[in-house]
Amino acid sequence: MSADADLAACGTTVRPAGDGDAVAGVLPRWVALPETTEDVSAVLRVAAAHDLAVVPTGAGTMLDWGPPPGRCDLLVDTCCLNEVLEHAAGDLVTRVQAGVTLGALGETLASQGQRLVAEPPLAGSTVGGMLATGVAGPLRFRYGTSRDLLIGITVVLADGTIAKSGGKVVKNVAGYDLGKLFTGSYGTLGVITEAAFRLHPLAADSRWVTAPLPEAERGQELAATLAASVLEPAAIELDRPVPGGGMLAVLVEGVAAAERAKAVQDLMGVDAEIGEEPPSWWGRLPGEDLLLSLRGLPAALAATLRVVDAHAARLALTPHVRGSAGTDDLHVALPTSSDPDRVAGFVSAVRDEIRPLGGRLTGVALPPGVAVDFWGETGALGLMRRVKDRFDPDHRMSPGRFVGGL
Amino acid sequence: MSTLQRLTARLSEILDQDSVITDPVRLRTYDCDGLTYHRATPGVVVLAESAEQIAAVVRLCDEYGVPFVARGSGTGLSGGALPRTDGVLIVTSRMRRILEIDIPNRRAVVEPGVTNLAITEAVRDQGHYYAPDPSSQQICSIGGNVAENSGGAHCLKYGFTVNHVVGVELVTPQGEIVELSDRDPGYDLLGAFIGSEGTLGIATKITVRLSRTPEAVTTVLAAFTGIEGGGRAVSAIIGAGIVPAAIEMMDALAIEAAEAAVHCGYPEGAGAVLVVELDGPHAEVDHQFAAVERICRETGAFEIRVAASAEERAAIWKGRKSAFAAVGRISPAYIVQDGVVPRTALPEVLAGIDRLQEEFGIRVANVFHAGDGNLHPLVLFDDAVPGQGERAETVSGRILDLCIEHGGSITGEHGVGVDKSRYMPRMFSEEDLDTMQLVRCAFDPKGLSNPGKVFPTPRLCGEVPGVRRGVHPLVESGAAEQF
Repeated sequence: MSADADLAACGTTVRPAGDGDAVAGVLPRWVALPETTEDVSAVLRVAAAHDLAVVPTGAGTMLDWGPPPGRCDLLVDTCCLNEVLEHAAGDLVTRVQAGVTLGALGETLASQGQRLVAEPPLAGSTVGGMLATGVAGPLRFRYGTSRDLLIGITVVLADGTIAKSGGKVVKNVAGYDLGKLFTGSYGTLGVITEAAFRLHPLAADSRWVTAPLPEAERGQELAATLAASVLEPAAIELDRPVPGGGMLAVLVEGVAAAERAKAVQDLMGVDAEIGEEPPSWWGRLPGEDLLLSLRGLPAALAATLRVVDAHAARLALTPHVRGSAGTDDLHVALPTSSDPDRVAGFVSAVRDEIRPLGGRLTGVALPPGVAVDFWGETGALGLMRRVKDRFDPDHRMSPGRFVGGL
Repeated sequence: MSTLQRLTARLSEILDQDSVITDPVRLRTYDCDGLTYHRATPGVVVLAESAEQIAAVVRLCDEYGVPFVARGSGTGLSGGALPRTDGVLIVTSRMRRILEIDIPNRRAVVEPGVTNLAITEAVRDQGHYYAPDPSSQQICSIGGNVAENSGGAHCLKYGFTVNHVVGVELVTPQGEIVELSDRDPGYDLLGAFIGSEGTLGIATKITVRLSRTPEAVTTVLAAFTGIEGGGRAVSAIIGAGIVPAAIEMMDALAIEAAEAAVHCGYPEGAGAVLVVELDGPHAEVDHQFAAVERICRETGAFEIRVAASAEERAAIWKGRKSAFAAVGRISPAYIVQDGVVPRTALPEVLAGIDRLQEEFGIRVANVFHAGDGNLHPLVLFDDAVPGQGERAETVSGRILDLCIEHGGSITGEHGVGVDKSRYMPRMFSEEDLDTMQLVRCAFDPKGLSNPGKVFPTPRLCGEVPGVRRGVHPLVESGAAEQF
């Protein structure tokens, strides 16, 4: 039987792919629209039988993140896996299908006064997309990222095997935590179909304290003071549209947010202002089409930004830096019109120079012309290869999109 | 000479004489961990002092195909550090240096034998602490915490070891020294390694995240006539949008035991006590305390005590923290169980435990982390009475069944170890377990790292199925030819 015939017979809607289905420029032949985990399994069994390369997708907001897949025959679109399976408010737990958008989930949870504190920066993203990319929002400073909130996961492996780990209780150490392994794996180990999360109550009250930052040193100093302060900010975010200047915004949550915000304001200086709404840039990416991830140690923030500025000036580039100054987990965006060779030079130079400071610069979304190692060096690549070889021995899941060409 | 003897003979190439134990009497010191009814005398014990030594020992194990087990302080409660009679026990308790304290980056780098509490003690003066606080924190090692993904009473608000460890240097089961960092791109092997119970290798250096000491801590003790009132209070606290640092509950029998052992002076006539600890900025804690106090009164608390000082807080915690050992005062023997249920299922599960007590004539004292549904039933028995031990084991197992039936877990923090591997198939399908085994095979293809733990049936990893890339290793080495 042909792949076409088997896909048509597998019990799931499969349509021919169109131009809009390209993954970082690579056009698949088919798009499958499964509605259940079992549907995904059936589709992946067909893919295995016909040696089809598979890329999972949710809302597609971050589908172009990562290098283009080496090949892509079948897109598994989780849009119809869109049910909130359970919201156990009394247990502060929810179970959802991977295609549920974070917006829809947020509404469901808010109706009972709760929330998933992981809040990725792109509107309309799905739970699956958030997990696959590991992207996180401002609250990561206090609550960690989606991997810290995930308590159970169901996945389908390349051969169609359905596997789960964890469960729907917050405290659970039975067996290996596959959720950790799949979070941030960019679709290279299998398809995430369901997830369970621990929830938090909605904040009783919130205040944002913002202050202009004349230079990087002041940002690091303030972030350090706030992070070590008993005022317990929920988030400390930096926005730096051009080298040099910028803003620091601090979120304080709780019944006494107004009072605590005043104390934060005192720490931040005379220019600081308190608002009941976030600044317009809060929780958003600094750009979309040419985006890098910059991670490091909080005490190296200023030094890291100086490296960024120096190479930007040398190469006449204008990086926009934004993200969590509290955890030194930032994004760097460059104008899409930037010269690809200069971008490549910028990435390599900054990457090498921040490494001794404990920093890492990796690609998030890069235009095709930028010739640079997308992910950069990583420890434990040998172990990662062995994990990939066990989970996806034929390298058919999002091939080539991850570290070391996995 | 046995394989193990041949391996032991070569240990002197790596280690000083006083770092290798072969004397049968001394070996028996290591025959169990905190789960004392499983015992096995290790084939040989190695007291390691560095990652390089551990790597060299593990490479010998790999060469000879000899299993090895890592052990920290040996306080685990699931037999995770139970040695192998045919293997090497690698003890990390000599590796107890705090290598680096880095307050500006809120982290510390420590060797695996450092105790949990030692980290907090080293940074307390600088206003920080290490958040996970298992009951054994005075003696348990951080390496053991990493292996077990240890929690503690305060993990309701602050999470587990996996949420507070940002880097690990480990020796893989093939003897490589590998660094895992939360900043590195790639698979979250750090997250997969933590909680793998020693089956994916041995942590030799751990970077932990330090947390800011909260401005205010208030501990409330509320006494109820029965467990139902306490349960209603817990639901109402969570329902009010409050996430306390800890919510602990003890039932009448557990209170009786604690009184007998440490005279904790809990309110007389209490059928249940609730310990609620709130921490954070003063302004938040004051507000939450007012709400918790009101909720406890409304749900039937007949006495409420509040501790604001460290001494008063210690007095409230004394009964709770001593509960496990205390039941020794009211029963010759007992089993400490560790199961989890969705918090809202607690009343039903407790009723189920009551029925089991009646059916089998076995008493169960209940101590639990009520906030996250983690039960620690203490199943009491007299080992001098024929048959009682078996009945207690049955009750203990049935409690786990109850947890699974209600959508919970067979272990919240003690680990699967050797004790509960047989329950894994009740919680996970064969496919689930096979998939977990893929991780095992990636790290430990020969299955030498703590074999027989966590998973019910050891499987051979075999060769990776699928398309072979490149030249077969036997061809490459000249040992075979392909035609």
